[in-house]
Amino acid sequence: MKTVFEKSSAEIKGMEMPAPQVEKHIFAEGLLRDGLRLPELSEQEVARHYTALSKRAFGVDDGFYPLGSCTMKYNPKLHEKLAALAGFADVHPLTRADKIQGSLALIDTLNSYLCGITGMDAFTTQPCAGAHGEFLGLLLIKAYHASRGDGARTKVIIPDSAHGTNPASAVMAGFEVVHAGTDASGDIDLDALRALVGADTAALMLTNPSTLGLFEKNVLKIAEIVHDAGGLMYYDGANLNAVAGVVRPGDMGFDVVHLNLHKTFSAPHGGGGPGAGPVGCKKALVPFLPNPRIADTDEGFRFNYGKRSAGRVSAFYGNFGVLVKALAYIVTLGGEGIAQASETAVLNANYLREKMSLHYPIDTSRPCMHEFVVSMKKLKDDTGVTANDVAKALIDRGIHPPTIYFPLIVEEAMMFEPTETETKEGLDRAAEAFGEIVRLAYADPAAVKRAPVTTPIGRPDEAAAARHPVLVG
Amino acid sequence: MKKYSETHEWLEIKDGVAYVGISRHAAQELGEIVFVQLPETGAAVSAGQPACEIESVKAVAEVNSPVDGTVTAVNTALEDAPELLSEDGDAWIFAVEPSSAAAGLMTEEEYKEFLG
Repeated sequence: MKTVFEKSSAEIKGMEMPAPQVEKHIFAEGLLRDGLRLPELSEQEVARHYTALSKRAFGVDDGFYPLGSCTMKYNPKLHEKLAALAGFADVHPLTRADKIQGSLALIDTLNSYLCGITGMDAFTTQPCAGAHGEFLGLLLIKAYHASRGDGARTKVIIPDSAHGTNPASAVMAGFEVVHAGTDASGDIDLDALRALVGADTAALMLTNPSTLGLFEKNVLKIAEIVHDAGGLMYYDGANLNAVAGVVRPGDMGFDVVHLNLHKTFSAPHGGGGPGAGPVGCKKALVPFLPNPRIADTDEGFRFNYGKRSAGRVSAFYGNFGVLVKALAYIVTLGGEGIAQASETAVLNANYLREKMSLHYPIDTSRPCMHEFVVSMKKLKDDTGVTANDVAKALIDRGIHPPTIYFPLIVEEAMMFEPTETETKEGLDRAAEAFGEIVRLAYADPAAVKRAPVTTPIGRPDEAAAARHPVLVG
Repeated sequence: MKKYSETHEWLEIKDGVAYVGISRHAAQELGEIVFVQLPETGAAVSAGQPACEIESVKAVAEVNSPVDGTVTAVNTALEDAPELLSEDGDAWIFAVEPSSAAAGLMTEEEYKEFLG
């Protein structure tokens, strides 16, 4: 398919620009470009181009999207309407605080709900996605230790099942990463952790439930070990969809939390829109939150600038449209509804895993949370068909592939997260599709290796694309 | 003769130079290798600690040095042809001048047994 630039033709104009209303300003030589390369097409061609692209895409509105750890739940269409309200959408972020009291009230209300859900004392909505939130959370931790004159805390402990963003964020924030091992059941090895912590421990970053979809049952002991050593506990909220409204990170011993509003709180993501990664913290870290902070005063909402802030991490107040959608989600569901969503997400994951285990050996001895990991190693050993092949074959059956080859501690991993918004019938169909592929792998492995055959492009050459990327338009 | 570490690197001494590469098992598990971040010549490396990184279509993996020492040479052919690591079992990544004797490495038979 041609790009919109390749379809462009100099003779065609889709848009007549209005005549300039202001006097032409002559800029000094060298300040202006020769011209901007913009595609020129008629409105009809533009509409056809993007309609064709949308038909080749696959989103949560097309079908089952069990991409593990991404929480691809349904995005209520009402939220789009609310975020597009002129009072929200047309506000310039430099508008004076007294003219945008409604928008500030929205952020303040959202912050207070997020505090309630997580057990934190304050939130900031500045970070624009999960890893951005991790980075800020670690800056808060750094500022906290520095404020106590404790400069020796240079290490962040991260379990080997963590998202790759955790070690990356820790390094970006200037810490050294220390890996904590997990035991055979996927929990952090407590004896090894006791040996790791010390006067150089700044924090431990934990995703709970873990990327294996298991609830870290020793979390209180872990928090005790880290706190006794003088370190802080960081909660990666990537998997909050399993426990929101049921248990609070603050009660598990965490001091700093980031949430992914685009996952747990139903804002579109992936190709669908920007994210939001608000960060919450306990009282002791509040002075270090980024400026400006929104204060609820007798004269209305105002911007406050604290002197001990760890610094600003983005222009203005985050991706505001996402905040509107998240608040709408929370208000629509209420406390009980959010708990019910989490419980249904866990039920759906256990149901799907149980149904899939009828077709392929999957350990179901320990209940999973909102997601689960299946190792396709036996299938690969028996037939040569890999996790990658099974993922490709799922595409032909109208299912977006799950996350594959992650977490790294499981060989031939496939990570399924059905979310609470799938129906029982949808889960039954997915389990049946999986079973059909497994049976096909034993009967005709080459057929699975040919998949997908229903897409415009079958198997892109991933290795060549990475080795020799073409980065020009 | 190659000696293997538990983290799937090999060490082979040829004409007095100690070369480091990754085992066939590691190359197969990684899948198609797309990029090798070579260490710098002269860099100090420690046994069991990361010396450089390999990126495949599946993951980024750290390559540990099997021995303490200093990097004396790197295989620059991998910059343009990282796939050599998948195709050629003898493809080395870097050469090291050991500062102490290698310890805890396995023979080929022991490594095969270790893989199970």
